[in-house]
Amino acid sequence: MRIPKARGELSEALAAALHEGTPTAALTAVPATDDADRHLSLWTLYELSYRGFDDVDDELEWQPELLALRRTLERRFEAELREWFSPPELGGPFADALFELIGNDDGASVATFVQREATLDQTLELLRYRTIYHLKEADPTAWVVPRLTTGPKAALMELQYDEYGCGDPNRLHSHLFVRGLDAAGLRSDYGAYVDDVPVEVLMQNNAMTLFGLHRRLRGAALGHLAAFEATSSLPSRRMAQGLGRLGLPAEMIAYYQEHIEADAVHEQLAVRTICGALVHEEPAQAAEVAFGALTCLGLEDRFARRMLADWGAAA
Amino acid sequence: MTDQIDHVPDFDHPDVVLCPGGPLLLRGEHVVQDAEGRQHRTTRPVSAVCRCGKSTDQPWCDGTHKVLPDKLKP
Repeated sequence: MRIPKARGELSEALAAALHEGTPTAALTAVPATDDADRHLSLWTLYELSYRGFDDVDDELEWQPELLALRRTLERRFEAELREWFSPPELGGPFADALFELIGNDDGASVATFVQREATLDQTLELLRYRTIYHLKEADPTAWVVPRLTTGPKAALMELQYDEYGCGDPNRLHSHLFVRGLDAAGLRSDYGAYVDDVPVEVLMQNNAMTLFGLHRRLRGAALGHLAAFEATSSLPSRRMAQGLGRLGLPAEMIAYYQEHIEADAVHEQLAVRTICGALVHEEPAQAAEVAFGALTCLGLEDRFARRMLADWGAAA
Repeated sequence: MTDQIDHVPDFDHPDVVLCPGGPLLLRGEHVVQDAEGRQHRTTRPVSAVCRCGKSTDQPWCDGTHKVLPDKLKP
């Protein structure tokens, strides 16, 4: 992957600094043109810690001036997330309360639209946007593992082992998506469509990385995981049905079929054994788990509303 | 004669977990026979077996229990 196309003044200055390999403290003072510019800049900085860029020196991952800019952007984003997604206090048995919090979500759904109405072009557009996360599926959560104590650590690895194909690269979830993209005639190289995605996709991706990279936010990371898994099985069935209706290839349908079954397991593990164990060992993390769950649901709702509006469909 | 667990583990980690209102979780490799007598081998570290009877992916859970009224949940 190469440095994404700039979307404003800040991402332009960042791209130049990365390309030349000489970032300076002045970068932090460059104003972002808009949310897309700001979130693309943060996404670009985060990618230095995932797979990097072909045209950027790997040394820059830990460059202090870049970390200063990343921290500035992260602080603003986290403050916004906490303002938008302030959770209620969870009462009663923890797992029941977390399932109820997630179950009460009535956010917009692109899966329902794909199941019944979406055109082939609209569905291919959605699949291109989904590559930004699905090609690094489960990776942001992997960063949380060493921050946990024994109970939640073992529980998280029980889920992650399945995400990573139980050691079989052919079954790695992100690889199943690669097979689907290749069969559908879409690009499967990492980050191929980042220049096309709406800001909502960058925000979703940045929230997961923010939560994953900060030990302080481990509860939010696991709450995000729980909400993601607990809102996956039924929408995955709708996606599989929609893809079948549109005649998309079996490999792409298989990706969603795998998630019907896998995430029916994972939601129980994420809510009961992972978040349950975390909150048992660190009760103060309950509110953070709820914050992470609401962030996941809220940002997917924003993405779905954006897509449905672009497609002229009712939310 | 029954095997006895001769020590108390530090953490709960049962082989079979009944999720309230949801599936039965099975840890490890098993062969599960569905209501029609067909046998299905587990393929993942933990599998979720449908308990509500409404899954379209029998014998595995597909999350359908979540949209059932409370009286129909397991």
